[in-house]
Amino acid sequence: MANSLIIGQYVPTDSLVHRLDPRTKIIIIFLFVIFIFFANNALSYGWLALFAVASALATKIKLKFIARGLTPVWFLIIFTFILHLFVTREGPVLFEIIGLPIYSGAIIQGFAISLRFFLLILVTSLMTLTTTPIEITDAIESLLHPLKKIKFPVHELALMMSISLRFIPTLMQETEKISKAQASRGVDFKTGPIKDRIHAVVPLLVPLFVSAFKRAEELAMAMEARGYQGGEGRTKLRELTIAKLDWIAFLSFSCVLIGLFLLRQ
Amino acid sequence: MNSDQVEFRNVSFRYNDEQPWVLNNVSFSIKSDEWVAIIGHNGSGKSTIAKLINGLIFPDQGEIFVNGIKVTADTVWDVRKQVGMVFQNPDNQFVGTTVKDDVAFGLENRGVERSEMIKRINASLAAVRMSDYIMHEPHRLSGGQKQRVAIAGVLAVQPHLIILDEATAMLDPKGRTEILTTVYDVKQNHQLNLITITHDLNEIIHADRVIVMNNGEIWTETSPRALFMEEEGLREIGLDIPFIAKLANELNKQSLTLTKQPINQKELLDELWTFHLNK
Repeated sequence: MANSLIIGQYVPTDSLVHRLDPRTKIIIIFLFVIFIFFANNALSYGWLALFAVASALATKIKLKFIARGLTPVWFLIIFTFILHLFVTREGPVLFEIIGLPIYSGAIIQGFAISLRFFLLILVTSLMTLTTTPIEITDAIESLLHPLKKIKFPVHELALMMSISLRFIPTLMQETEKISKAQASRGVDFKTGPIKDRIHAVVPLLVPLFVSAFKRAEELAMAMEARGYQGGEGRTKLRELTIAKLDWIAFLSFSCVLIGLFLLRQ
Repeated sequence: MNSDQVEFRNVSFRYNDEQPWVLNNVSFSIKSDEWVAIIGHNGSGKSTIAKLINGLIFPDQGEIFVNGIKVTADTVWDVRKQVGMVFQNPDNQFVGTTVKDDVAFGLENRGVERSEMIKRINASLAAVRMSDYIMHEPHRLSGGQKQRVAIAGVLAVQPHLIILDEATAMLDPKGRTEILTTVYDVKQNHQLNLITITHDLNEIIHADRVIVMNNGEIWTETSPRALFMEEEGLREIGLDIPFIAKLANELNKQSLTLTKQPINQKELLDELWTFHLNK
């Protein structure tokens, strides 16, 4: 169903990237997203691109799969490129397209912005490709832990995320069941003008919402019956540990950053 | 302090003031290591009893004691540590993203150490024969398997009392058999009290005692064997006895008097083939 978009799809392999602590991956990607804006010449962009491609190779996921997953994003990247081509007015005019002057600065700017965009998407999709949603949830809970001091409901947020993840397939199955039930009563989801089709979704959404609320209520009762009383005094089965591998990852990423600052102008 | 695990003293309950009583002056007690089945048709108040024991709702009148502790808003967390519950809908009580995480949920709530948690998870999953599915997500399990995981989740916290609140009602016949054998095994191997709430009389045959509910009151309290003789009365309150019991009752009417009320097919067969020898 969502095969064309790989962001959010986990692909299990036995790579080192998979074995990294999810927190390590989140921090590195967060820093990467910030520091990519420091790149300002071909060399520094090339250096970061090298890092991104090397990471992609290290995941042991087939590059073809990753490339195919990025297909919907290509459109955006090309769109950004063309936009910059016509809007930026720097450097000498190189040539004209249908009366519009194209500046040399525009081509450089277009390339830079598109590449930056591409790298951002590639690296973030590597994150979700190599980390299960539940690991990401745990990592977020652990990283946001300091915010507890200012009464930010970190545990509740994480629990909400993990329960949502757990119920996605259940609600999908339910949606399918309801849509079949409604189709058998004559609701037409697939043909007719857009307006009618949007209208046809209403008898799908209403029962889905009703049952979701009912589920929520029963789940809350079951959780209470199993002794759930908030995050206080709770232990956790899933635990995150920063291992040697994570330190190696941090160290190599620091080298990447040092390299970036040496190469940029 | 007494040896009663659960005691209801003149308990009445209704969901709000305008409505009729869901439970009306109900008193009973359950002793240690006893298996009690509570049966009744829909709306007879049987599920309300389960929620009252666990402090999910509180009685309007009367008192409830669980293992000597009076159930009130203050003691409710102590009570819940001793009571495990399995509900009707297999999907709506599965909290974790995998089987392992779900069994862990109750342990996490109680602040059990991680190493101890892993031990208990493995042991309780083995007890319900679900060890092979430890990493499975809930949507890859059948209803019966999900309920077995729910039972494992309850076993893991080692409660004194387990309540199965219509745990088989939403399952297919295969899932139902699975759960009944699992429950039977668990009861054999663990020292605990068991309350099974159901409207299916086929599920009460292993119970030590049966409490029959009707319109918020206890209709009768007896053994499964004795209960099956009261076919007429049960039919009046909307309950149907198993086929074997019916057959035995019909035979009795034809003056084929059996020595005891058979509870399953084997007992009936034994009664029949020894019939002439006993004469």
